[in-house]
Amino acid sequence: MSIAAGDVSRGSLRVARYVGVPVGVGIACLAMYVYVGSQELDSIEQRIINWGNVIRAAQEQISISLWATLLTLVIAVPIGIALTRPWARGITPYVIAVANIGQGFPAIGLLFGIYIWLTRNGARATIIGLTAYAILPVLRGTMVGLQQVDRGVIKSARGMGMSKAAVLFRVELPLSVPILLTGVRTALVLTVATSVLGAFIGAGTFGRFITAGQTQGRQLAVAVGALGAAVMAIMADWLAGIAEDLLRPKGL
Amino acid sequence: MIRLDQLTKRYPGQETPAVDGIDLDVPEGEIVILVGPSGCGKTTTLEMINRLIEPTSGRIFLEGEDVTHVNADQLRRRMGYVIQQIGLFPHQTIAQNVATVPKMLDWDSPRIDERVDELLDLVGLDPGTYRDRYPKEMSGGQRQRVGVARAMAADPPVMLMDEPFGATDPITRERLQNEFLRIQDDIRKTIVFVTHDIDEAIKMGDRIAILREGSHIAQYDTPENILSDPANEFVEQFLGSGILLKRLNLTRIDEMGVTVDEWPTIDADTPTEQARERLRDAGQAHLLLLDRERRPERWISAHDLDQHRDLRTTGTPVEAAVDERSSLNDALQEMLLSANGVAVVVDRDGAYTGTVDLEAIAAAIREMRAAALEADGATTPEGP
Repeated sequence: MSIAAGDVSRGSLRVARYVGVPVGVGIACLAMYVYVGSQELDSIEQRIINWGNVIRAAQEQISISLWATLLTLVIAVPIGIALTRPWARGITPYVIAVANIGQGFPAIGLLFGIYIWLTRNGARATIIGLTAYAILPVLRGTMVGLQQVDRGVIKSARGMGMSKAAVLFRVELPLSVPILLTGVRTALVLTVATSVLGAFIGAGTFGRFITAGQTQGRQLAVAVGALGAAVMAIMADWLAGIAEDLLRPKGL
Repeated sequence: MIRLDQLTKRYPGQETPAVDGIDLDVPEGEIVILVGPSGCGKTTTLEMINRLIEPTSGRIFLEGEDVTHVNADQLRRRMGYVIQQIGLFPHQTIAQNVATVPKMLDWDSPRIDERVDELLDLVGLDPGTYRDRYPKEMSGGQRQRVGVARAMAADPPVMLMDEPFGATDPITRERLQNEFLRIQDDIRKTIVFVTHDIDEAIKMGDRIAILREGSHIAQYDTPENILSDPANEFVEQFLGSGILLKRLNLTRIDEMGVTVDEWPTIDADTPTEQARERLRDAGQAHLLLLDRERRPERWISAHDLDQHRDLRTTGTPVEAAVDERSSLNDALQEMLLSANGVAVVVDRDGAYTGTVDLEAIAAAIREMRAAALEADGATTPEGP
C-alpha cells in the first residue's frame, strides 16, 4: 500500500511539474508584457524592445543551444563509451583531466579566445565554447551510467554468448540511459543559460537586450533580456525533464 | 561430454597459477559439483569451460570436439549459464529475458513464444501471470527460477552453474534445489555446478570434485564414496563433522528398506468395535485413518473412538507425510515433529506404504557405520 501511495504522489508531482512550470513561466511573461505595455517607451527603448527582437533572440538562442548540445553529445558519448572499455583504463584519468580544464576556464574568456583565434563568426564561436563547457557533464554521465551497470548482468550476458557490441548496445547503454540523460539535462541547461554570453561576440540571443540595455542605460531592456534568458533555461530544463521520463527504459 | 585436459590459468604477476593443470571428465547427463574453500579456483575453472576466462594452457573438449580455440560467443550459446547474481536484464520483460539465446540463434517468434511458456511452466511460474513482468516485480526465488529457465532456453546439452542458489534464504534455497533436481530428472543435462557448501554438493551432485588451492582435485567421486571413504585429511576436514548425518541426507527411504508396515490402519467405514480391537492388539496409542485412495488422513486415539462421531472429523490430521524417495534425514525430521514418533511414508500417488520409526533409522546408521569401518579397515594397511 505504501508503495502504491508513493507512486501516486510521485505521479501527481510529475503532473504538477508538467503543467505548473509552463503556467508559471506564462504568468511571468504576461506580467512583463503588461508592464512594458503600461510604460511610455522612448525611441531607443522602442528600437531595442520589440517583438521582432524577441523572436530573433529566441531563435538565435535555441539554435545555438541545440547545435552546441548536439555537438556535445556526438563528442562526449562515444568518448565516454570508449573510456569505460577495459583497454582504455590507462588513459581515462588523463582525458577526464583535459575535460576538467575546459570547464575551469572563465566562460567569457573562453568565448572571446575562440572568437579571436578560431573563428570571427560569433554564433560559431559561441557553439564551440559552449560545447567545450558541456562535454564534461555528458562525459561524466556516460561513464558513470555505464560503470553502474550491474556486473552480474554483463557477465551473464557475455556468458550467454552475446558479443561485446551486443552487450554494449542492448544491455549497457539502455541501462545507463537514466544517468546519461541526467548528464545531458545538466549540459543542456548549462548551455542555454551560458549562451547569452554570446551576445558579447555578436551571437545575439537574449543577451542582446542585456548588452544593449547596459550600454545605453535602459534598465527595462536589461530586465526583458534577463527574463527571456531565464525563460529559455527553465523551459529547456522542463523539456529535458519530460524527455527523461519518456526515455527511461521500463522496468528500471 | 566435457573433458578438461591439463587446463591452467596463470595471471600475470602472480607466482602460483590460479588453476594448475586440472584434468576432469564430466560424464553426460550428470551433475558434477566443483566444491572447495574460497580461492581454490573453482569459479575460474568453471569460467574457463565457457571461456569467459581464457585458459593460459591446456585444452577443453565438448562432445569430443576441441573447443579451446573456437569462437567463444558461439561456444557459449551451446552452454547454459547461471550465476549467483542471476543477472536478469532489468529493462526487459521475463519473456524477453528467457528468449535471449533463442533470439541470437534466429528462432522464429512463434517458436520462441512457445518455448518461453514451456520453460516458465517447467520452473513453476505461470506464463500468463509472469511473462510480461519485469524482474524488479518478482521475488528473489522467482528471479532465480527465471535465471534457470533462461539458461535452458535453447536446450543446450550443457549447463554451467556458479552458486546458482547461493543468494537465496535457506528455505527458498532448499525448495529451488528440490525443484531443480526434479527438473534434472527429466531433462538429464550435463551440469557443472560450483558451490562452497559441502551439504549442497552432497545433495545436488552425482559426482563431487573436492578442490584445494590451484584447483587441484583432492577427490573426485560420488557423494556416497566420498562420505564413506574420504581420500585424505583435506577431504575429511572439508567434510567436517556429522558425516553420518550427511549420509542420512543421501540415503533414500526406499533404498534402505527401513519402512515397517505394522501400524494399525482403518478406513472411515471400519466398525468402531473392530477399530478398538485393532488398536488394542497393536499396542499403539493411535490408529491411522486412510481415505479411499489409501492416503493417510488422521490419527485416531481410543478416546476419539469413544466419541462415536464420524471418524473423518475427529482425531488429529496427519500433518505431513514423507515420500518414499525422500532422504532418511527428511524422515527423521518428520518423526521428530510427529506426536507418535513415526514418519508416515507414502508412494508417488500419496498412498500409504508404511511408517519409519527411530529404531529403523538407528539400524540404518549402524549399518552405515559398519560399512565405513570396513572401508577404513581396508585402507589401514597402507597407513604408517
